[in-house]
Amino acid sequence: MAITTQPVTVNLGPQHPSTHGVFRMRVMFDGEEIVDVEPVFGYLHRGSEKLAEERTYTQIVTLTDRIDYVSSMLNNQAYILAVEKLAGIEPSPRGVWLRMIAAELQRIASHLVATGFLLQDLGALGTPLIYAMRRRETILDLFEMLCGARITTTYLRPGGVFMDAPTEFWPALDRELVDIIDTLDELEAYLSGNEIVFSRTKGTAVLSPDLLINASITGPMLRASGVDWDLRHRNPYDYYDQIKFERILHTASDNYARYWVRVQEARESVNIIRQCVEEINQYGAGSVRPSFDDVPRLLRPPEGDAYAAIEASKGELGFYLVSDGSIAPYRMHVRAPSLINLTLLREMLIGELFGDLFVIFGSVDLNMGEVDR
Amino acid sequence: MTTPWSGAALAEAIEAFAPGSVENSQSTDVWIKPDSIANVCEGLKTRPEFKFDLLNSVTAVDYIDHFEVVYHLTSLPMNASAILKTKVGLGRSEAFVPSVVSVWRGADYQEREVWDLMGIRFEGHPNHKRIMLWEGFPGHPLRKDYVTYDQSISKSVPKADE
Repeated sequence: MAITTQPVTVNLGPQHPSTHGVFRMRVMFDGEEIVDVEPVFGYLHRGSEKLAEERTYTQIVTLTDRIDYVSSMLNNQAYILAVEKLAGIEPSPRGVWLRMIAAELQRIASHLVATGFLLQDLGALGTPLIYAMRRRETILDLFEMLCGARITTTYLRPGGVFMDAPTEFWPALDRELVDIIDTLDELEAYLSGNEIVFSRTKGTAVLSPDLLINASITGPMLRASGVDWDLRHRNPYDYYDQIKFERILHTASDNYARYWVRVQEARESVNIIRQCVEEINQYGAGSVRPSFDDVPRLLRPPEGDAYAAIEASKGELGFYLVSDGSIAPYRMHVRAPSLINLTLLREMLIGELFGDLFVIFGSVDLNMGEVDR
Repeated sequence: MTTPWSGAALAEAIEAFAPGSVENSQSTDVWIKPDSIANVCEGLKTRPEFKFDLLNSVTAVDYIDHFEVVYHLTSLPMNASAILKTKVGLGRSEAFVPSVVSVWRGADYQEREVWDLMGIRFEGHPNHKRIMLWEGFPGHPLRKDYVTYDQSISKSVPKADE
């Protein structure tokens, strides 16, 4: 005898442990199948863009930390690149190498968080998440050596970084890179060939590359569908044009592909950091930011606008700044990858089962601080 | 390296397929007349000489006497970028511009955000609702003439020396 079902609307969030923050969805189920989804945003809206209009260009760096609070170094980098473009600042080379090291470490940390929580959502309660978070902790220890803060770093300044790395940072970084590879090997040994992970993630929420591009989706989600689009390669900023790295691509475009791309990208980031360390050793000691004669503490960029984007851990993170010649930007806009990557949430979820809802959600890798800003 | 289209060259190329739609051009920016924005975007996406298949960002700026909607486009196959701008709401009249969601799905949430925070209507948007703030929220906070709640209170309380 078949069981008759009728559609039921369930409200998920904003206080749900699996929604990665304060995300709310109104989901209509028919039995276990998802029929309709409506995301509701705004529970973490803090008005960062409005706040930026009353702060000086250096003060805004602290606001960008809090936009995507698991990848603050990358946010700093995107914002600083926009300021440098707007004000025409020539950055100091040692500062640029240091901020590239910091950004790649942050990318590893962010991908570890994404992977750990994805597996938590799969039902592997605790263990993989703790393995991933344990490694992230030691990366945050390195940030503490660089700038004294672990999460809200505010490390970058227009033209470079605010202070040089202490001497004990370099041996600690060498040890950390070995440990990162160990952790990734460990995670992969248990998970990348795991039968349960395969059966839960392969073939779920498949999206076509054309649809992904049309919906402005960038980052690991786009590369998991086989589109070779990485801003570090296609439009190199900082000194990425002097770095050799492999672009990680997968063609399946399902949840497994997205997980796999993130893990392999974290590995590739270790290679990038090793090359940066070699370069910085060749370059030798020097100033990490231009002198205050060249770049004053209180910036007054000429009238105009500038848009700069980087390949952040979640996709293209861009800052659009408009200056009216005063000490504060006239307008700041953040092109947030987390929000835009959710455009196809309906397409990904409809027709899937309740058990896969949070797995699909986790495979997007979003951060509510960045979605709502 | 992504090559940006120069404003003059892009303006000329747009005029070739959509005559009378360009207002002005300067360095890398092209100003389009608001009525023809959807038409121009469709052409930029489908024509083989542009292939702008990725819409990076849609945002708006309040210049007090008018609003400016800014579109950043990228062409993945050609590795080229372009910036389109359009002036709307001259003299702080009600601002509206045709939606480009039918061209790029990626404009969906971004146009809703611009409507929510800047108060520019996107005609033809399939789900024209606020996104960050709730329905019924007074005003649009990113406008320059927006008065926050605490500012409105502090003005109504007279100071001690008055």
